[in-house]
This record gives sequence, structure tokens and C-alpha cells, in this order.
Amino acid sequence: MFWQVTLNLLEGFGVTCLIFAATLVCALPLGLILAFGSMSKFKPLKAVVKVFVWIIRGTPLMLQILVIYYGPALLFGWGFLDRVVAVIVAFVINYACYFSEIYRGGIESISKGQYEAGQVLGMTKSQIFFKVVLLQVVKRIVPPMSNEVITLVKDTSLARIIVVEEILKVAYDYTIRGLIWPLFYTAVYYLIFVGVLTLLFGFIEKKLNYFRV
Amino acid sequence: MAFLEVKNYRKRFGDTEVLKGISFSLEKGEVLAVIGSSGGGKTTLLRCLNFLEIPDEGTLTLGGEVLFEAGQGKAALARLRKKRLHFGLVFQQFNLFPQYTVYKNILLAQALLAKEAFQRKKKDFAAVLKAAPPSERKKLKGEQRKILSEIRANQKQRMEERTERLLVRVGLSEKRDAYPYQLSGGQQQRVAIARALALSPDILCFDEPTSALDPELTGEVLRVIKGLKSSDSTMIVVTHEMEFAKSVADHVIFIADGVIEEEGTPEEVFGSPRSEKTRAFLRSSEQNRLGGEDA
Repeated sequence: MFWQVTLNLLEGFGVTCLIFAATLVCALPLGLILAFGSMSKFKPLKAVVKVFVWIIRGTPLMLQILVIYYGPALLFGWGFLDRVVAVIVAFVINYACYFSEIYRGGIESISKGQYEAGQVLGMTKSQIFFKVVLLQVVKRIVPPMSNEVITLVKDTSLARIIVVEEILKVAYDYTIRGLIWPLFYTAVYYLIFVGVLTLLFGFIEKKLNYFRV
Repeated sequence: MAFLEVKNYRKRFGDTEVLKGISFSLEKGEVLAVIGSSGGGKTTLLRCLNFLEIPDEGTLTLGGEVLFEAGQGKAALARLRKKRLHFGLVFQQFNLFPQYTVYKNILLAQALLAKEAFQRKKKDFAAVLKAAPPSERKKLKGEQRKILSEIRANQKQRMEERTERLLVRVGLSEKRDAYPYQLSGGQQQRVAIARALALSPDILCFDEPTSALDPELTGEVLRVIKGLKSSDSTMIVVTHEMEFAKSVADHVIFIADGVIEEEGTPEEVFGSPRSEKTRAFLRSSEQNRLGGEDA
């Protein structure tokens, strides 16, 4: 029994990991693009991005999942997306917005002098960004990023609102059949996952400790 | 015509006109000291020379070539990047790159420029290869590869030697692998000087190079700057160190309220200033210095 539950939960955990990984892979670069948009000198673009970020950060992720999944069908009569895909799309959009604000804070915290030093040394804008600014930004945003990423692990449980078989949904189904403990057992999975992430972020922070900004 | 000619530089920020028509010239190998009270436009002038700010009016000629002429539109501004390389700038706050060692700080800009030159060469070679008859391509390709690897090795060697020489020149060879945060302010500023020298600018500018330093650290930086004078580089130094300006400059400009109030040799400006404003400025800076010593 115990093993059966463990295996079933593991299957659900696989879906959790899939949502987690796909979200990170897509939202990290998308967030950077949004960050550049929100810092753009082109006012209309800046305004659009700011409003978008406001809407996404200002509404519950659960609602966003519902809109992405049901919206196209209800509004336009299109078909439904695959449930997991719909969840991933909602997560990517949501997390990209949060990430973009973290990036923006990091980029804006770099002193003007760093850019100017690059300029007088004849560097191009992209050289200044990639060779001078980027690593300093990375160092600064590791702590807030680790927070956000750990939150993402647990947010994946929202996927069950559209019946995606992630770990919490699997465990919840047991409770309906009268078996309570698998629900609490899921904490072990989450804790191990977050533990690994915490170690990983600690490692990155340590790696970047060789310089100070 | 002088080596550097600046004519009628004007710059305004919003409603305040910071530079109200500055003109001066400088010969090759000369050192120009720019003095004046804070907010008078000294730093803005320096930033305009380095094109960190774009003057609203005026022209700049260097070695007979017009580098800048106001009102030429965006296209001209885009080309400014290369023109910046005529000028080096040492900042008040050093602005070293914190994630790189001393060595890499000095090397980085050289390496990036060398890489660009290398990529251009590679592209040229590719075009030559494409134009060659197919039968000869293989042989040509081999030759090209050899030449390119030689160029790269050459570039590398030159940059490395240059960087080592500069480290010796600013007396920091033993700190080559240190990171900026591990250095004192004076050492950081010396690295910044070496970094600016690495691209062999025609004119090296200093923006109050010792203002951010503890008094006991200013000496080492000023000594390095003085040391550069002997090697016929042209320099413009914005400074509050009157003694330093007196001893190192060939030419002194006193700027007040965005205009050149007085200029001449150090003897003229410090010894027998003509303008009342200059006299008042020199008096008060002398008092501050003495006051500082009392404290």
C-alpha cells in the first residue's frame, strides 16, 4: 500500500516537475524581455508592459489558469488546450512578470558609472551589458530569484483547479476515497525538492562571492 | 593649429546652462589643469570631451580632424563610439569592473577591440575565399587559417605585454590577480588609470581623481599622474588639488559659472590672477586647505 501510494505520488510529482521546469525555462528569458520593455525609452511600449505586469501581478494565478484554459473556448469557441499546456502557459506568463520586476530592480541597481566606464573604453551597448553589467545583476538577483523559484514549486499545486494530475491532486484523490495520510506525505516530496533548490542557490551565491558589487 | 581645439562648447540641462561657450586649445604633450568651484561646469566639460554628454553647440578638433560638430543629427552621434577612443577618462569614483581581476580590468577593452578587428579580418578572408576559383580554395583556406591563428596569437601577446607594462607603470604588478574590493581606494584609482591608458588615448582626462580618496592616499595617485607627464602624453585634469595643479600643469583654466574666467600658465593664474573671481576662489581654497590641516 505504502509503495503503491509512493509510486502514484511520484507520478504526480513528475507532472509537478514538468510544470516547474517548463515554467523556468520559458519564464526566465521572457522575463528579461519584459524587463527591457518596462525600461524602454519608447513610452508606448513601456506603458503597455507596465500595464500588463500590473494585471498579471494583480490577479490570482488560479484565475489566470482558468482564463487560459476556458477563455479561448468560451470567448471564441475554439477548442481547449491540453490541460498541462494551459497550466504551463499561465505559469510562464505569471512568473515572467515577477521575474521581470526582479531583473529590472537588478539592472537599475547597477551604478551609472559602470556603463560610463564601458562607454569611454569604446564598448558597444551589448558589450557593456554582457561583459560588464550582467554578472553583477545576476549576483544581485540571486536571493530574490531563489525566493520566487521556491514559491513556484508550491504554486504548481494550483494546477489541480483544471484537473491536472500533479502530486497534490493525486494525494487529494486519496482523501476522497478515505485515505488521509498521502496528503501529508506529499510534504516530503516538496521539502526534498525545495531542499535541493536551496542548496543549489546557496552554491550559486557562494560561487559569486569572489567579487563584491 | 593646436592639437586639441575646443570651440564654443555649450551645454544645458533643462533650464540651466552649465557650459556657456567654452573655448580652449591644447598642444600635444601638454597638461591642462581645470580648476573652479563645484557646480561651475568643470566635470560637464570633461564629460562633453568624452562624449558622455553631447554638447548642444560647439566643435571639437583633434589633430586637424573634426571629431565633433554640434547639430549633425543622430547618424553622427552613432559614430561617436569610435571617436571616444581618442579620449580616456579616469573617474572620481574609479568605476572599476568588480567582477574582474585587476589584470582583466586593464585587458578587457583591448581584448574586445582586438576581437572585433579579428572578426572583421575573418570576414574579409571569407569573402576572398568565396571569390577564389574552386580548385584553389582548399589551399587558400589552409593558408588563411594559418594567418588567422598567427594574428590571434600576436594580438594576445601584444595585449598581455601591454597590460603587464601598465601594471608596472602604476606599481601594482603584485596585485594583478586581486579583485577591486581587495584594494585601497588609491590602488583602485591607479588600476583605473592603467585601464584608461590601455587603449592609448590621445588625451587622458581625469575627473577629480583624488576627491574620493582619503587624504593619505592622494599622494600615490598624484605621483602616478605626474609620472605620466614625462612620457609626453596629453592630459586634462579637473582637480581641487591646487598644489598639484601648480606643479604638474603647463596650462591652467579657471571655470566659474560655465565660462572660462581666467586662463594661463600656472604662474599667471596662481601668481597674479587678473579676475576678482579667481582671486576669491584661490583665497577660499587656500583657507580650506589650511583649515583642513588644522583639523
